[in-house]
Amino acid sequence: MIMQTQNTTTPSAPVLEINKMTQRFGGLTAVSDFSVTLGHNEIAGLIGPNGAGKTTVFNLVSGFYQPTEGKIIINGQPTAKLKPHKVTALGVARTFQNIRLWNQMSVLDNIRVAQHGKLDYGFLQAILRSKNYFKCEERIEEEARELLKVFDLDKYADELPTNLPYGLQRKLEIVRALSEKPKLLLLDEPAAGLNSVDIQELIRLVRWIHETFDVTIWMIEHHMDVMMQLCTDIKVIDFGQTIAEGTAEHVRNHPAVITAYLGDDNI
Amino acid sequence: MKPILQRYSVHMLLVLVGGIVTYLAYEEAIGLYTLSVLMFMGVNIILSTSLNLVNGNMGEFSCGHAGFMCVGAYVSSILGVLLFSKDKVFGAPLLDPSLALYCFPLIILAGGLVAAVAGLLVALPSYKTRGDYLAIITIAANYIIISLIENLGVIGGSRGFMGMKKVVNAMNDTVDLPWMVIWVFLFTVFTVWILRRYNSSTFGKGVSAICQDEVAAEIMSVNTNKMKTITFMLSSGLAGVAGGLFAYIIGYVNPGSFNILKSTEVLVMVYLGGMASLSGAVMSAMLFTVLLELLRPLQIIKWVVIPLLLIIVMQFRPEGIMGNRELSDIFPKLKRFYRFK
Repeated sequence: MIMQTQNTTTPSAPVLEINKMTQRFGGLTAVSDFSVTLGHNEIAGLIGPNGAGKTTVFNLVSGFYQPTEGKIIINGQPTAKLKPHKVTALGVARTFQNIRLWNQMSVLDNIRVAQHGKLDYGFLQAILRSKNYFKCEERIEEEARELLKVFDLDKYADELPTNLPYGLQRKLEIVRALSEKPKLLLLDEPAAGLNSVDIQELIRLVRWIHETFDVTIWMIEHHMDVMMQLCTDIKVIDFGQTIAEGTAEHVRNHPAVITAYLGDDNI
Repeated sequence: MKPILQRYSVHMLLVLVGGIVTYLAYEEAIGLYTLSVLMFMGVNIILSTSLNLVNGNMGEFSCGHAGFMCVGAYVSSILGVLLFSKDKVFGAPLLDPSLALYCFPLIILAGGLVAAVAGLLVALPSYKTRGDYLAIITIAANYIIISLIENLGVIGGSRGFMGMKKVVNAMNDTVDLPWMVIWVFLFTVFTVWILRRYNSSTFGKGVSAICQDEVAAEIMSVNTNKMKTITFMLSSGLAGVAGGLFAYIIGYVNPGSFNILKSTEVLVMVYLGGMASLSGAVMSAMLFTVLLELLRPLQIIKWVVIPLLLIIVMQFRPEGIMGNRELSDIFPKLKRFYRFK
């Protein structure tokens, strides 16, 4: 059910298409003239120094902000004026820079509540406990348990997320995002705060997800080795401007990137 | 045998308790005073559990609960008097008073329904505001409702509105049973039943998700605006039900009895019981009602002692009696004896 193989026919429309997107907050231009096209089952990266506007791009894609100018098209559907939960329904799921799990809910409930948009019962049926309610709850629980099992988290199903080690919390957040069955998965600094062993684990995990699930992955990350090992295509932004694009090797040696990260020669 | 016992234990217990109280009231074995304390206990349980939904489960701070109670009280009072009793303002009853008994639950629910609509006064601003700012809006909502009714001369203004006793008497004339006791008991059970089902469904857990991380909730496909609307409306609707019952128990309502002090009283019950704990809210409402009566000899000093108790609770047990847990979490063995669906 959850696992789909790669051999599904590739749809013609790109998964994500951003066209000349600009975002201004008052006088500050956080993102300027940003364009990107992500194809089916691609894995791409977005890097840049602190405050470059990377997370703003993700917030725009996931519907938190409406771009001042430009268009975002997800699976052929424009996202203008859609609330974030509607954008999620179009097939976008994301994780956050600082983990945002629901800490007073069990691990299982974290996955279950993430299915909120796919519930086929409403308030009245929840109160009256119709047949439909039980069917839906049963299906959700079964799928959640299966997903946890796939990621080897099933033994923590009844634990609170705060009781898990940091690395597993990161993993759980990715699993929660995947439970939305997205076409596009946005990972916002998944390696932040992880030690080198955990980072190797994360690289294996992301690669495995990419191979197993039918999903396009777009990630923000500061660890260059993660990007080098995973991403085929990397975009670099600084002060909201796109300054370089290409393979990891190309980007790393690009003069503009070196200037952005290390500063100019002339002082 | 055991599964059947487990399945119906709660039902049997409720029937037993309800039956005993009704019988004692019918035989007049317990005095009117004790009886009214018991009925206020029911009203307080409805109030505290419904406020707990907003303050505990959703993590917002509503301090205007009495306002919605007021709406429910007035709507069901006016409806009842209009339909079933002879009144100076409204004239002859529109329906035969012997029907009062059957229509009474509908009248109370109608009060709840209008109170739920009044809940939009808080629900709509909650899309954009939260925390302290929303708390101020809830106070404003409370004042708006009170001031509006105070200035409506048709329904008595600040002098209040009465005539509900005639409706209660009409019910007792139709079938000779202590009807108010029965209705309060049924509506209390109904409230806890609804809230229990709401909170334990994945749909209702979206409310806790909003409390714990609203941004994550919205991103993880929870329609937060819709959930807030439903939750605020459910909470204020149940407060309206409590208000309707309150009006019929006393037989008289005036806007002054639903001011911010009443809201604070409900807040005390919620915080005493423990946030987001349904069983905590039920227990603390019972405890608080009894405490109020026990401290009655102190007269006005009562209002020095009770806030002091709150300070002591906050000092030594800030999470309240139950603190985010249910009875079955503290005594897991209890689960063997009952089942909730």
